[in-house]
Amino acid sequence: MLSLYTRRRIINAVGLAISMLAMAFGLFWLCWILWTLLEHGLPALTPLVFTQMTPPPGSSGGLLNAIAGSLAMTLVGTLIGTPIGILAGTYLAEFGQRGWLAPITRFINDVLLSAPSIVIGLFVYEVYVVHVKHFSGWAGALALSIIVIPIVIRTTENMLRLVPTTLREAAAALGAPQWKIINFITLRAARAGIITGVMLAIARISGETAPLLFTALNNQFWSSNMNQPMANLPVVIFQFAMSPYEDWQKLAWAGALLITLSVLTLNILARVLFRQKAASH
Amino acid sequence: MTAENIANPKTTAPKIIVRDLNFYYGDFRALKDINLSITEKMVTAFIGPSGCGKSTLLRTFNRMYQLYPKQKATGEILLDGANILDKKQDLNMLRAKIGMVFQKPTPFPMSIYDNIAFGVKLCESLNKNDMDERVEWALRKAALWTEAKDKLKQSGTSLSGGQQQRLCIARAIAVKPQVLLLDEPTSALDPISTAHIEKLIDELKEDFTIVIVTHNMQQAARVSDYTAYMYLGDLIEFGDTSTVFTNPKRKETEDYITGRFG
Repeated sequence: MLSLYTRRRIINAVGLAISMLAMAFGLFWLCWILWTLLEHGLPALTPLVFTQMTPPPGSSGGLLNAIAGSLAMTLVGTLIGTPIGILAGTYLAEFGQRGWLAPITRFINDVLLSAPSIVIGLFVYEVYVVHVKHFSGWAGALALSIIVIPIVIRTTENMLRLVPTTLREAAAALGAPQWKIINFITLRAARAGIITGVMLAIARISGETAPLLFTALNNQFWSSNMNQPMANLPVVIFQFAMSPYEDWQKLAWAGALLITLSVLTLNILARVLFRQKAASH
Repeated sequence: MTAENIANPKTTAPKIIVRDLNFYYGDFRALKDINLSITEKMVTAFIGPSGCGKSTLLRTFNRMYQLYPKQKATGEILLDGANILDKKQDLNMLRAKIGMVFQKPTPFPMSIYDNIAFGVKLCESLNKNDMDERVEWALRKAALWTEAKDKLKQSGTSLSGGQQQRLCIARAIAVKPQVLLLDEPTSALDPISTAHIEKLIDELKEDFTIVIVTHNMQQAARVSDYTAYMYLGDLIEFGDTSTVFTNPKRKETEDYITGRFG
């Protein structure tokens, strides 16, 4: 009969080993993906990628119009989605204790959060693209903003709920009206967390393909008109990677690497920001 | 309790008079027909075991409970003769007159200076100079000026626990309230910080009427002029601190104070 202490140590060792294996398994695929991306993407990542437009089949070119389109639509999508998300999240956290509206909003938001992005693309196609009768950058940004909203709502609500009740009470005890408490105390206390949420939302939409396929479509030329079909990295990657032309495939690798690197940077930035905030408390 | 049990103020008029106060958390009756009066510019302590209603009673004085939909109070609380439980009472005006400091330090996520200016800006518009003076005045009153004067622009959260609590006291008195409610202000602090705050309470009663909730009986004996002993929502005994501690009228009070219970 093993002593209780020895048994605990064995269970601890076994548990630890299984956890390490699971972590290694997860990391293995991530590293493989990154490795493959770097292997194919780095050689393709020439200065031309940033200076030339997407080429016709068989000739060389770059991704400038796709990069610009992606940046523009991500920016507009974030600008539309963030204020709505923060306002709604604030409502849920600060006013959502009573009544029937908040629980229903929260439930619908959860559904929206897990809605397949292709459904959102089709939705915008149906209610916007069909009516204006052409694909456009606006439609793409709209679809992306619908993905941003539930993410920002959820993180804003969660971050505001982490703000201790005593802080709200302390502000109320000074005679501060509720709008001042929210604007100057709770939102400020939760600021780093909310910004992190927005950055994660940006990271999420910068790689979305499906919602853009039915909305912004693609554009082989430079276009700064958001009312026209717009080039963007995910759709270009999708199209070029499936093509038989080697030039196109190379550009697809370069684009994939670009997106991955920017998403990775955003994620790391968000973490650093949140950690700094946590350390200052 | 009958009217005769209300402690008779020796020197000044009562600042707050509580009449037949009942308090409910939903259906639970947490305060039962409380009657007492708080004397102006004196320290009144509420003592009693956990759950006796002492914090609840304190939180009715600035209607803090109003933040929560299921809590309600009935009866009367007269501040200078006007019933603050009246629906017509403006909450923010009331809270400007009655300041509060909480159990855990609650510095706002802003600089030390802004922490104090925040409350002042709510009810007064001062120019830069006057505001600087007010901040210094409040910090001096709270015995924090020497430690904080060189880092007014630093975050309030960068201070130590005891300093944070003094910052909260400075913030509360910067508004120039008439009454200061202290809800176990030292229970999260070390003995040295506690001694600081107790000394402060002694000085502050020159200007303010102070009500303190504490579950530290020695603290109540040290800092207060009047003591109320509460148990399970009832006010068991109320009177001069020296009388309550040395010659209590009720057996329950004596048992609690001598440590036989609670």
